[in-house]
Amino acid sequence: MILTANELAEVVDWSRAQFAMTAIYHWLFVPLTLGLGFICAIMETVYYRTGDPFWKRTVKFWMRIFGINFAIGVATGLILEFEFGTNWSNYSYFVGDIFGAPLAIEGIMAFFLESTFIAVMFFGWNKVSRGFHLTATWLTAIGANLSALWILVANAWMQYPVGTAFNPETARQEMTSFWDVLFSPVAINKFFHTVTSGYVVAAAVVIGISAWFLLKKRERKMARKSMAIASWFGLSASLLLAMTGDGSAVQVARTQPMKLAAMEALYDGKKEAGLVAFGILRPEVNDRELIMSNESAFYFKLEIPKMLSLLSFRDADAYVPGINDLVYGNFDPLITPVGVKMEAGREAVRAIEDYREVMAGGDAVAKARYKARFDPQTEEGARFCSWELKYLGYAYLKNQTDVIPNVPLVFYSFRVMFMLGVYFILFFAGVLFFVYRKELYDRRWWFRVMMWSVPLAYLASVSGWIVAEVGRQPWTIQDLLPVSASVSDIAPGPVKATFFIFLALFTVLLIAELMIMFRQIKIGPKPAETAAENELTE
Amino acid sequence: MDTVYIFLQHYWWFIISLLGALLVFLLFVQGGQGMLYLIGRTDTERNLIVNTLGRKWELTFTTLVTFGGAFFASFPLFYSTSFGGAFYVWMLILLVFVIQAVAYEFRRKPSNFLGEKTYNWFLLINGVLGAFLLGTAVATLFTGAPFTVDRANFGNLEGFNTISRWSTSWYGLDALADPRNILLGLAVLFLSRVLGLLYFMNSIDDETIFARSRRYLKWNAGLFLLFFLPFLLLLLLSEGAAVDPVSGVISVEPYKYLHNLLAMPLVLVALLAGVVGVLWGIGVGIFRGCRCGIWPAGAGTVLTVLALLLTAGYNHTAYYPSLTDLQSSLTIYNSSSSRFTLYVMAIVSILVPFVAGYIWYVWRAMGRKRISEQELQEEGDHLY
Ligand code: HDD
Ligand code: HEM
Ligand code: HEM
Repeated sequence: MILTANELAEVVDWSRAQFAMTAIYHWLFVPLTLGLGFICAIMETVYYRTGDPFWKRTVKFWMRIFGINFAIGVATGLILEFEFGTNWSNYSYFVGDIFGAPLAIEGIMAFFLESTFIAVMFFGWNKVSRGFHLTATWLTAIGANLSALWILVANAWMQYPVGTAFNPETARQEMTSFWDVLFSPVAINKFFHTVTSGYVVAAAVVIGISAWFLLKKRERKMARKSMAIASWFGLSASLLLAMTGDGSAVQVARTQPMKLAAMEALYDGKKEAGLVAFGILRPEVNDRELIMSNESAFYFKLEIPKMLSLLSFRDADAYVPGINDLVYGNFDPLITPVGVKMEAGREAVRAIEDYREVMAGGDAVAKARYKARFDPQTEEGARFCSWELKYLGYAYLKNQTDVIPNVPLVFYSFRVMFMLGVYFILFFAGVLFFVYRKELYDRRWWFRVMMWSVPLAYLASVSGWIVAEVGRQPWTIQDLLPVSASVSDIAPGPVKATFFIFLALFTVLLIAELMIMFRQIKIGPKPAETAAENELTE
Repeated sequence: MDTVYIFLQHYWWFIISLLGALLVFLLFVQGGQGMLYLIGRTDTERNLIVNTLGRKWELTFTTLVTFGGAFFASFPLFYSTSFGGAFYVWMLILLVFVIQAVAYEFRRKPSNFLGEKTYNWFLLINGVLGAFLLGTAVATLFTGAPFTVDRANFGNLEGFNTISRWSTSWYGLDALADPRNILLGLAVLFLSRVLGLLYFMNSIDDETIFARSRRYLKWNAGLFLLFFLPFLLLLLLSEGAAVDPVSGVISVEPYKYLHNLLAMPLVLVALLAGVVGVLWGIGVGIFRGCRCGIWPAGAGTVLTVLALLLTAGYNHTAYYPSLTDLQSSLTIYNSSSSRFTLYVMAIVSILVPFVAGYIWYVWRAMGRKRISEQELQEEGDHLY
């Protein structure tokens, strides 16, 4: 099918919408799986040690919540994996050599672990020994976190492509070092930041549900004990989360300066840059053709001096490039304008075409020359790979300003995530304090705060992904492949149709999931079998 | 020629074929779901069936996910060509698997919004369409699809620079035009039902269900053979696309798949042994009422599918022939990942036997006792 340029733009937009929608749905369920798995495992360990049936009831209750959430997480994940092929087929070809590997390893290493042992976890109570059951619970939790590892390695590679080289023969990126891909600093940071964010979400959920029980004066013992475990878990996770979040920002500053500039709505780069603690952007920032300045972008802002330089480069005097510098270039320090990179990218595309022509019919001398050009071992090749080829993706851009992501979305999402990050540290510390102070038991407003913190945790975690994914636009693979060159060659109709079908389906399933979840919470844990167990009041 | 690279390409085609074969075996879950109302006449019977299948559905699902991931990693050009082109078919497959994933967990939970019937229907739809569509999609590895592959498109800076293009706007529904695809789709569907019945006989402790499964086995086995044998025959008579390993030029060869089987006696033996295994499993189920039929039938299924998929890709055959432009056809040589990636993943694949080992161990540990009504009543707290 040969489609027009307009249709191309439409396909790109709908494919982005489709991927974003399914990813966000997936991400509504994954964080709870990541954290609740460990919380269940910790509780079951206590049961294993003490043999107290109270803990068995408690852990079974939380596992029921886990199971309901897990099912729909799996359903939404399947779509994501296959969407790489269906909607982003060119991308799948261009980077499949690198990107496919973590995905396959995820299946072999993580998903089987999870899906095998989850069956033991749910159905094995009376079939296997207590030790085996406990092991199965831990393995399920570890399996979930391993699946996060591999998919995040893949995602990190898209943000910061390392361990790879372009092969003109096949016209795609090919892996040169597996360890570089796996241990890329971006991947490591992303993994720890993301899983700890899942722990925070799960801790908030456990605390929120427990608070509801306390508010209703039910299951007090279970609620208090669960809250104690969750608040320790949540407090440690939220501290790690802040640390790794800071680490993520450093990585962004180093590898994706445009994302950083958008996060801060920094238009003109400067030394000793301040961090905008809070600010309201003018609507003009939505017009990419208008040249904005640091002042004209905001109605007002509250800045912490030098903080941005300090946080991003660990140096209060460091220069932080702004959007204008990154688009139009700068002399001191030297920043290449996008226009020049676009020229370089087109040069690379021409070189690739020439290469293919020469290989098809050229003489031996020409062949050797062109081979050398793409070989980083030679002098010419080294130059070519670190300039033209490095900017390959710019060839597909139409305007210089295409490299600017949606500034307000990234800016506000980052503020939301950051503030909630600070909030959650205080929150978990507060809950912990509460748990050890029995006289606070009648502070009903506290229970409400705890319950309302649950949606806040989800908000923070979705905001994080919006920063990460919208902030890297227009790149699917940073500098190498923009979204417009990644899509499948299909008409817009099918993409739109499937977008709405999945939107409707997921929404219905989400409603069903929430209704079931709320009902199960209301039902609560199974009643205790003996009166002695049943110390509802303390 | 780089023999290590060629070896790795063959190795990965083998792994993909093995995963595909295991997937077809595990479709017994789908087969069972498709007969939810046929075998389960009362609520209790249906619950027994769902809970029996419910211990295994994740395994099938995960195998599908891993099959996709491994195909992506080892033959990315197939992933982009087939998935991006046969868009409707793959999306439909995804859709029927999404509704399956929630159905087990949600169906009998209070306040489940859609009602138990709807979720039962989700299972039913997935059971029938899932198996049929996967079978049809696999058949296109022999019958081909209308697409072109042109790496030079990469340099197109104006419109779509897509390397793989579908040539019709049916986006995969075109597969339904070739009767061989439909035959294989139906064969896989009825095979999955046969396996599902054998699985019921094996793991449910209920006389009514056992007798009923045994009775329906005859019908489903007959229909399976009715669709599978003509497919096999047509396949052996079909022409195929042969690739010259040195020049990479692709040409049409009459009786290609027959030649492949004759050229690879081991594969031929596997195919025959597989078919015998399936028949054996069916036979002991029908005539002797043995609970063990699932094992020979399951092993036979794995061998048969493995042999068929090896026939599709080995012996210099294009495993995804293009109906639009013969030279665009995909072979294991021109569509694989780089040598380095295949090598890295070959190391990772050492984990596979280990994974298979713990799956087997857990299956045994959990399956020591057949599932009965009594157990469902006792368990109580995690039921589907
Ligand atoms: C509970 C959720 C949550 C909370 C409270 C925070 N984060 Fe976060 N953040 C995430 C959940 C998250 C995430 C969903 O896990 C993201 C999305 C992509 C990623 O790698 O992690 C993320 C991404 C993300 C990124 C972008 C990384 C990239 O583009 O690759 C940065 C710079 C930060 N975070 C920084 C922070 C800081 C400084 C926080 C303050 C303490 C913070 N995050 C709290
Ligand atoms: C932040 C990114 C992601 C994380 C941390 C993550 C993690 C997980 C986890 C923990 C599961 C287990 C089931 C559950 O959700 O409860 C899961 C399921 C799944 N995820 Fe994701 N995922 C992410 C994004 C993606 C993406 C982008 C893809 C597509 C490639 C994907 C593919 C899948 C698939 C196919 C499943 C179902 C597999 C199964 O358990 O059988 N995930 N994911
Ligand atoms: C589960 C958490 C995730 C969420 C909530 C999320 C969110 C998003 C959003 C909002 C977009 C649209 C950006 C835009 O078009 O402006 C997007 C695009 C995309 N994301 Fe993610 N993402 C997640 C994880 C991942 C992971 C783990 C990967 C890869 C392994 C990934 C790959 C992509 C791709 C390929 C696109 C489409 C191309 C693009 O727009 O750049 N995403 N995602």
